[in-house]
Amino acid sequence: MTARPNEDLEELALRVREHVVRMARGGGCFIGASLSCADLLVYLYARVLRVSPGRLRDPDRDYLLLSKGHDVPALYGTLAERGFFPSDRLSRHLDTSDSIYWHPNRNVPGIEFHSGSLGHLLSVGVGIAMDIKLSGGKARVFVVLGDGELDEGSVWESLLVASAKRLDNLVLVIDRNEFQANVQTEELIPLEPLADKLESFGAAVTTIDGHDFEEMETALSSLPHEILRPTAIIARTVRGKGLASLERRADRWFVALTDAEVDALLAELRGGRNAVLTSETKVVR
Amino acid sequence: MPTYEDLLATLAEQDRRIVVMTAENRAAIRGLPARLGDRFIDVGICEQTMIGAAAGLALRGRIPVCHALATFLTLRAFEFIRTDVGIARLPVKLVGAVPGFLSEANGPTHQAIEDVALMRAIAGMQIVCPADEAELLAAMPVILATDAPCYVRFNAMRPAVEHSAPFEMGRAEVLSEGGDVSLLTYGLMLREADLARQHLEAEGLRVRLVNLRTLRPIDVRAVLRAAAESKLIATVEDHLLVGGLYSIVCEILVANEVRAKVLPIALDSWFKPALLKDALAFERFDGASIAARVVGALRA
Repeated sequence: MTARPNEDLEELALRVREHVVRMARGGGCFIGASLSCADLLVYLYARVLRVSPGRLRDPDRDYLLLSKGHDVPALYGTLAERGFFPSDRLSRHLDTSDSIYWHPNRNVPGIEFHSGSLGHLLSVGVGIAMDIKLSGGKARVFVVLGDGELDEGSVWESLLVASAKRLDNLVLVIDRNEFQANVQTEELIPLEPLADKLESFGAAVTTIDGHDFEEMETALSSLPHEILRPTAIIARTVRGKGLASLERRADRWFVALTDAEVDALLAELRGGRNAVLTSETKVVR
Repeated sequence: MPTYEDLLATLAEQDRRIVVMTAENRAAIRGLPARLGDRFIDVGICEQTMIGAAAGLALRGRIPVCHALATFLTLRAFEFIRTDVGIARLPVKLVGAVPGFLSEANGPTHQAIEDVALMRAIAGMQIVCPADEAELLAAMPVILATDAPCYVRFNAMRPAVEHSAPFEMGRAEVLSEGGDVSLLTYGLMLREADLARQHLEAEGLRVRLVNLRTLRPIDVRAVLRAAAESKLIATVEDHLLVGGLYSIVCEILVANEVRAKVLPIALDSWFKPALLKDALAFERFDGASIAARVVGALRA
């Protein structure tokens, strides 16, 4: 039997999902958003980003900024799997002995900047991209944004500036899972036609399936998509991807799980039957 | 007891001027879209637009009650609050969710620990800090009946203490009398201050426990009585030292030419992100730690 292409990525993404599920134990985490972007983060770190645990201070490294910070469990899991820190550290999620909590911070190796307040890191990314240009560098800046986050006006200001300054070393990766915290984006503040909006603000836009590694390869293997324009990748994703009881659920953005639920979800990830969740959903926003 | 959401729905049904707004913060008001119809306005994650729009609605005679996480409401929309609501003194009611330690493990981005300082810096802005759900529910009709802009440091936790006095704007609730130390506090910290009182009384100290309830207007007489009748005042707040209750008490004492020993129990920076109980213990804001800090100050 020959190995499927990207089998290594599929296994890596499964392991990241396992970390995410374990971090939802007890105090819980933003599991829905974490599962929607897990495949994107895995692909970016495994195939695209020129960054590694030994290059964290290298000015020529690629940057990844997680602007929709509440999905950080997926980033914690990816960074641990890529060797940025030992994965047993993730068992200290929410423990006061460590700094692994519900939003990113720079005490965790590999995390470039803190976030949690939406609509900040595209502007920070613009600044980093500007300096890379000023310094004559070749590094790229990837900013992962949520689609709900696009409500924030600051995102659009930053894109105006990125286009004005011709930052073709800047890549927006939009986790288009079609959910705000509580409701579907199109029911509340419709974003469509999103590609047209981003295009009209100056980005070169490509839409992909955010769970399909082959489409990611096509979209991300050659950057920028156009000289002198920022690139925007709209990655169509599914909130809670990979676990039936969490997929596309408005009420399962944040969950705090029992040990038994964690075990059942871990079994489901490895081909077991679908887990049944009984924990009450924690409404945090 | 009704919930915050029930009360708001009832008040809005009684007064057609009331509109409930949110920047996609629905935790406390999930059922209101069905009950209020068009008068429930969710603008999405657009805090600045929510406040500007609230000013517009208020100009037309509405009373907007605006919800967002306290940090994004008071910080991100600050200039809109100051300029559109503050300068025009419009009756916009701002409800900030998960202030102070209530943001738990979210981290510094979500920690509203300067919200009182910011809202105090807007002329005419009332500041109401309920200690629990009962106090929140008692305060809301009063808040909605005044023409002033108001910031509510939202807290709908289970009862912190058995309340003895009806809610009045600018009137503190004195829960115990005692001449050794006065604990002045508001909001979430009342529960821990009450636990501290129990620890201190077990050590034979007489404790005055004052729940300030509103920081603007503030009960000046309650502060001055605490200064006159106890050896030490301790201000207890899950807020920065800058601009919160400690600042307010110092200003009152100086303005009235009163000399007093004041121990601030306040934050000097962002707190350790953790679940509530763990964060309180780590930062030494739990009842036992507060009592120990007070004993230390009395001995000093």
